[in-house]
Parts: sequence; C-alpha cells; structure tokens
Amino acid sequence: MTYETVVGLEVHVELATKTKLFCECRTDFGAEPNANTCPICLAHPGTLPRLNEEAVALAIKAALSLGCEITRETKFDRKHYFYPDLPKAYQMSQFDRPIGQNGFVEIEVDGEKKRIRIERLHLEEDAGKLVHTPAGTLVDFNRGGVPLIEIVSAPDLRSGKEARAYLEKLRAILAYAGVSDVRMEEGSLRCDANVSVRPLGETRFGTKTEIKNMNSLSSVEKAIEYEAARQVEVLAQGGTIRQETRRFDEARRVTVAMRAKETAADYRYFPDPDMVPFTIPEAWIDEIRASIPELPDERRGRYIEQWGLSPYDAGVLTLEKDVSDFFEATVAAGGDVKTIANWMMVEVLGYLNKHQKTIRDVPMTPAHLAQLVRLIEDGTISGRIAKTVFQEMIESGADPKSIVEAKGLLQIQDVSLLEEVVSRVVEAHPQSVADYLAGKERALGHLVGQVMKETKGKANPKLVNDLLQKALEAKRADHAGP
Amino acid sequence: MTLFDERIPELVRRMKDGELSPVELAEEAIRRIEDVDTRVGSFLERNDALLQSAEQLLDKRNRGEALGALYGLPAGIKDNIAVKGMKLTCASRMLADYRPLDDAVVIERLRAEDALFVGKLNLDEFAMGSSTETSAFQKTRNPWNPETVPGGSSGGSAAAVAAREVVFALGTDSGGSVRQPASFTGIVGFKPTYGRIPRTGVVAFASSFDTVGVLAKTVDDAAYVYDQLHGYDERDTTSLPRDAEATFATLGQDVRGLRAAVPEEWLENIDPEVKARIEEALGVMEGLGIGVDVVRLPHLSYAEAAYTILASAEAASNLARFDGVRYGFRPEGIADIDELYTRARSAGFGWEVKRRLMLGTFALSAGRYEDFYLKAQKVRTRIREDLARVFADYDLIVGPTAPTPAFHFKERLDDPLKMYQNDRFTVPANLAGLPAISVPAGFSGSGLPIGLQIMGDATDDARVLQVAYAFQEATLHHVRRPAL
Repeated sequence: MTYETVVGLEVHVELATKTKLFCECRTDFGAEPNANTCPICLAHPGTLPRLNEEAVALAIKAALSLGCEITRETKFDRKHYFYPDLPKAYQMSQFDRPIGQNGFVEIEVDGEKKRIRIERLHLEEDAGKLVHTPAGTLVDFNRGGVPLIEIVSAPDLRSGKEARAYLEKLRAILAYAGVSDVRMEEGSLRCDANVSVRPLGETRFGTKTEIKNMNSLSSVEKAIEYEAARQVEVLAQGGTIRQETRRFDEARRVTVAMRAKETAADYRYFPDPDMVPFTIPEAWIDEIRASIPELPDERRGRYIEQWGLSPYDAGVLTLEKDVSDFFEATVAAGGDVKTIANWMMVEVLGYLNKHQKTIRDVPMTPAHLAQLVRLIEDGTISGRIAKTVFQEMIESGADPKSIVEAKGLLQIQDVSLLEEVVSRVVEAHPQSVADYLAGKERALGHLVGQVMKETKGKANPKLVNDLLQKALEAKRADHAGP
Repeated sequence: MTLFDERIPELVRRMKDGELSPVELAEEAIRRIEDVDTRVGSFLERNDALLQSAEQLLDKRNRGEALGALYGLPAGIKDNIAVKGMKLTCASRMLADYRPLDDAVVIERLRAEDALFVGKLNLDEFAMGSSTETSAFQKTRNPWNPETVPGGSSGGSAAAVAAREVVFALGTDSGGSVRQPASFTGIVGFKPTYGRIPRTGVVAFASSFDTVGVLAKTVDDAAYVYDQLHGYDERDTTSLPRDAEATFATLGQDVRGLRAAVPEEWLENIDPEVKARIEEALGVMEGLGIGVDVVRLPHLSYAEAAYTILASAEAASNLARFDGVRYGFRPEGIADIDELYTRARSAGFGWEVKRRLMLGTFALSAGRYEDFYLKAQKVRTRIREDLARVFADYDLIVGPTAPTPAFHFKERLDDPLKMYQNDRFTVPANLAGLPAISVPAGFSGSGLPIGLQIMGDATDDARVLQVAYAFQEATLHHVRRPAL
C-alpha cells in the first residue's frame, strides 16, 4: 500500500522587542543568568502585567506579512501548568482569539508551487530555562516573559522536504518583515511537527504524533522523514500508531517516545482577568501594513525582472534575508550583477554550506566582494587566482587588493617576460609542438598549462594564449621553410 | 474619648497648625495597641520605626515644607497589601517570611500624603473567609464582644479602627471583605467601583473582584482618605482614570429626591434584629427625602454560587505561583520537583485556601468548565443586567450588609456553605464592580453592631458617599464605641 505523509508545523518565534511582553526587562540573548528579571516576570505577589505595545505591533506585522486576518477584538488567556521555569504557573497566551488567523505561505518544491495555510498566529510569553548541574537543577528566568508568536500551519505539508521549504520560507518572511532574528541555533525560532500517515486517497487523518527537539532545518526534514517511515512500518506490520510526543535524537537520527498524549495536561484556559480585552484600532493596522518592507517573493521577482537572474538563482539568493542583503550591498558597491550573483551562488554559499556558517559569521564585507569581482574584470587577477584570494578574504576579512599584493598574486602582463617563458616551454615540449602542428588543437591547452605552471598561475591566460599561438605559427613557418 | 475619636480632617488641621504633633498621635497608637491589642489581636506586625517616622514628619513641618493631606495620621494596613520594609504574609504560612520589594501603589499614595504606617493587620488567609478565623497566625476578636468574630476578611483592619488603634485602615473587598467586617464592628467600610483604586502591590485573590477599600469611623473620614487613593496607575491596566474629583467636598449635598431600591430577597431569611434595624434605616432615608421601593431581582439568589465558583477559579490560578521555587515556604529534604510542589503547597496553605483552590481548579477543568466556570460567568452577566435595569430607574440599592450581626468563633468555620452565605448581600457589588458602603445602622439586643449597605451604579462613588453621609448625620449609631 502507498502511504501519504501529513504534516502540520507549530512554530514559535521570539519577537525582536527591546523589552519583555509584560514588564520592562531587557530581552538580549546571552546575559548573565537571571540578570534580566524583575518582580513581575518572577511572579512576585502583587505584581500585574503591563502589555508591551511593541510586541503587539510586531505580532500584527508578522500576521499581515503571512496574509493573516487580524482579530480586532482580542485578549489574553491563562494556560496553566506547573513547571519550575514558569513562574506564575500559567503562561499568558491567546486561546480563542488569536491575533492573526487564516494566513498562508507559498512554497516551491521540485519546481511545484504550493500554498500552505496558516490556521492561527497568536501572541504569548516564553518560559525560563532549566540548567541541570551536578549540584541540582537551576532556573534562569532571563527568557521568561519574552514575547513569542506561535504560528500553527494547517496539515497541508506532505513530506519532510515540504516542511523544510515551509519553514525556510516562513523564516525568510519573518526576517524580511523585521519581526524576529529567527535564529534556530539561539532558539529564537523553534519548531514542533505533528506527523501522521494515511493510505493514499484516504481523506481522514491518521493518528498523529508530535515531534519535538528539532534544532535545525535539516533535522526537521530528517525527523519527519524518519517518523513517517516509522509509522508506515508500524502499520505495515499490522500495528497501530499511538498518539504521543516524541523527541528527535539528533545523533541517532531517530524519533524516541517521550510521553503518551492521553495523560497530557489539562491547561484550564480562562481569560486573564488582570488584562482587559482590547481592540486593535483599524488605523494602527493600516500603519503597520504600510511599514512592511519588501518580502522575499517580491524581492525574488525584482531579481528576475530587473536584474535578469534565473528564477532558481533569484530564489536561492532571497531565501535568507542576510544573504540577500549582502548580495544587494555588493551590487550597490559596483560590479556586474550576474558575475556577483554567480560568486554569491557558487563561492559564498558554497563556503557557508561547507563550513556550516551563516553570512553573519564571516568577516568579509560586501565592498570586498565587489572589489574582488572588479579585480577580475579589469584583468588584475585571473579567475583562478581570485578563488584563492576569496578563500583568504572570507576567512580573514582582509581586503582583496592587499591580499593580492601581499601574496604577489598580481597577474603577469609583461609581454617580454612571458615571451621568454613561452619560448622556454616550446623548446622543452617538442612533442606537443609537433602534435599542434599536426593539427591537434588540444596540444595548445597542454602548453598553456605548462606556462601557467611556470608562472605559478599568475600569467594572464589570454596573453599566454596569444603568445603561444604566435610562437607556434612561427615554428610552422620554419618547418615549411625553404 | 481618645484622640482617635476625632474626625480626620480636624486631626490633620490641628497637626498642620502645630496644635498637635504627629509624634503624639504615633504615641497614642502605640499606647492603644499596648492597652488593647492582646484582647483584640488586630496586628500581625508593628512598624518599629513608627516614632522615627512621626519625628521626621514633625521635622518636615519645622522646615516649613508643604504637608500632605494625611499628615501624621496613623494608618493600619491589611497584610495583603505591600509596605516596603514590612512583611507581606497574607496571614499564610506560605508567605510567613516574605518581604516585598516595593510599596503597593496605595501605599505610595498614602506616603506621598504623609500618612504614618502603624503596622500590618490580620486577615483571613489570602483574604479567603468572612471571620478572620482562617488566618494562619492569630485570632482577631470583635471589640464589641470578644466571643464573636470581627468579620472578614479585613477583620484586623475593622477591629483596629473600631478599637481606636489606628485612625483609619486599608482593607480589600472581593466579596464583602471591607463592608461585612465594618458592619460587624460598627464602623464604616467603603468599597469603591472596581478599578477606582489600582491593585498593584495588593496580593491577588480573585483579580476581577479584588478592590481596595477604606475602613474608618465615619463616612466623612472614609471619603477623605478615599480621595487620596483613587485614580489610574499605569502599572494596573484595569484601573480607572480619575475622572471624579474629590468626594469629600461633595458630602452634605442634598439627597432629596433620590430613589432607592430594596431587593425583596435581601429582607428574606435574615436575622429579625437585622431586619428591624434595616427597616428603621429605610425610614430614616425616607425622612431624608429618598424614595424607597422594594424590587425583585430574580438572579440575585444565584449571586453567592456564581461568586464562589468564579472567585475560586481566579484564586486557583492566582495562587498557583506559590510553589516554593522562588520565594515563600519551602519544605526541607525534598527529593524532586513534584515533592517540592506537593509539600510546599500542602503545608504552606491552610484548609480554607486549599478548599477554594480545589474548587476553582475543578470549575476550570476539562469537562467541568462549561457547567461551572462558564455558567457562573453567564450568571454574572445576568446579575449585571438585573442591576443595570434597577439603576435605570433608581439611584441606589440599599439593604443589610450582612444577614446577621457578628457570630461566634467556630460557629461557621466547619460549615463553609453557611459561611459563604454570609456574603450574599455583599457579593453582587463585586460581581458587577459597583461602589458600596456599610454604615452603622444600630445594634442588636446583645449590643452587636448592624450595618446598612448602600450601593450605587458604577462610578457613582461620590453619590454613595453622599447618601451614606446624610444617613450618618441623621443618626447617632456611629458615635457609640466599644467599651474595651
């Protein structure tokens, strides 16, 4: 039997506010444990929440960027559970009036476009963090009360690959909109997946499991693929799927059961009486809508139409806002757009992928990359040398000109110097010369290679080519002599 | 006759004029507490720095600085309101050693007007109770009869004012906790419109009901203090703007021609002496030119049940934070987090609190929510609508504050339903967020005070005070004081 995978994602995103959702504590990542706390976010008796308007504005911005309708009359609800990282023993969240509803994200997988529906986007507060030490468990409340949005997709995804594409696109949109720095590695974007399988053609859903602990895009993809295969296997052997929460084991690349869903907590939601329901004014929504910058799909369209990039290249270059911004800054610094795009696609992204880095992790600046491209264009260095310079530049952050000078990589343009090398190579390789004269054009390539070798790659390849041909034609004349 | 029998504005005038010093008043408070508090038991903690603070106020006057409206007045504070420098116990083992980091907004406002803090006053644990008997620490006795309760939950505040240990006190009223003890101790207890006084720094029991109120000997004293307390604070987004100016200045306004409704249900199944005093009081009101009609409010009989469910649900949520992790009671030798929760909460809370937390958790739980929490919310809405209909035709709703005078210790402690029913006339004002006051309306045959409740429409705080003042000035009930 053929099975179909059905996936819905729940994504939590930390909003890029300066302060927490209900108090004035800072939200910066990496502060000393419990430095960013106060009586309100530590839930001392007598404290009351005070809503951070910036967080509401960013949530609305996120919702609008994802095509959501904005819920005009909204409120906060208390979600109760006991856990040491949750000081009030309830989380302020939104139960039945999420700030955004009915949005969508468009993805493209294997050349096929697909619209993934977003059921809801709501605002809530983050919890603290437990730190396990040999002496016992400690709690760091710095993250407690940081504003989050939870974005729940419809069960529209059909594979790990689609889930990854959705997540990449979602991340891009939120980064472009400027609502979050969406860094999975710092936990400012977290993702849980609801996975089930069903026989192809079946319209009812199978029993789902919830997968947690996926810390990168690739682990999301792998975890879902593994889990779907596991479920198919269970069903194929006549078993049934248990509704449960499973965690992804990154090292073993498998999902492992955590707890059965039947015993899941009863959250006892009810409207928060400390924060009266509020109305989002129409004018505020309009103002926020007007402030939304160019989003990834628009930018991609611009690259195709304005700069003539291929849809594929335009897609890759706009997938991450930081990469796209770097690319645009490089173009702005001067240089041929397509050459720069090519360098971005092959060298820059190749390097980042290979070293598992982001563009923010490398010291190279857009101005340096633009300079490098210009050095090739004006013939100062060859394309091959440029790759060496690039390696140095992306790692050290030095500017390409100084690298070229320091390493003596300037292209040899001196005709008399090259003529000398060429005549030496021609004398030393009579067989290649004979082959060339016998009409074997490939022999020329071999000779060019020899000249480049002698000059350690610094010779201007075009010049070498010309000089060699000239020398060889002179030989032909000698042969045909009197 | 003591200094504390004097009306507040007169005391302040005398101190500002230098006829009397804040130090004398502070000494009077200390003397009174030493004389009577072993018999009354109002205070959980006394402010050791009281005399120093009084001397500082005296210096302030000597330096010629501007003096506040409450200059030199010794006040008592219910121990669920944060006063920096003193403990904030809520009369619970859970917070026996807890010290707040900041003053409550109401304390900031009293401080700004140069009031003195005598100490923290006893209450039912976390303000849950109607007799102050659920305090984990001590019994507070009714100054009129030591065998009877002072009412609750602001029993310490009421007893301290009645016993003249303080000039006024702050309490909180979620279901009658300011008005009922005022009624039991023969003083005035004013609960303003919900939101008039910011709650920041007041330990939440039931957030949508909790209201800070003033307990004082007379209506004019209560109005004078209330004027220093009301108005919006950005730290409590449920607080109301100060659209109404001072109420004290409006006392004495003519009340002739106003119309008062008496719910029929409020004159049924009550103590005959209470009924008699209330009927006399209604006669006094008619004599003041206020029209009095008996009306029917069909949903009012469900008020107590709705209140019990909703307040317990909010309490179960509000008190969930007391888990022994960050502050508060923490048992020794715990093995894991579940044991910490279980033991901290089992030993940290008393029975009444636990009863309500279980009730509230039940009312919110899956499968019960619709039948309990949601239904109670609907009843709350109906009661609001009923009251709004009455206020379309009437200016006031009047009746008894409580169905009986003060009862004896242990009389109701083991019968929660009977205890909760004591609140049945006071909870409607909390369900609808309306202003209400209890004023002395006479005594029972055995000499226990009986209170008249006057309730107004939302934000009609000044009118409630005006009518209560007119009633007070037409009677002499407030002049009597306990023998002690």
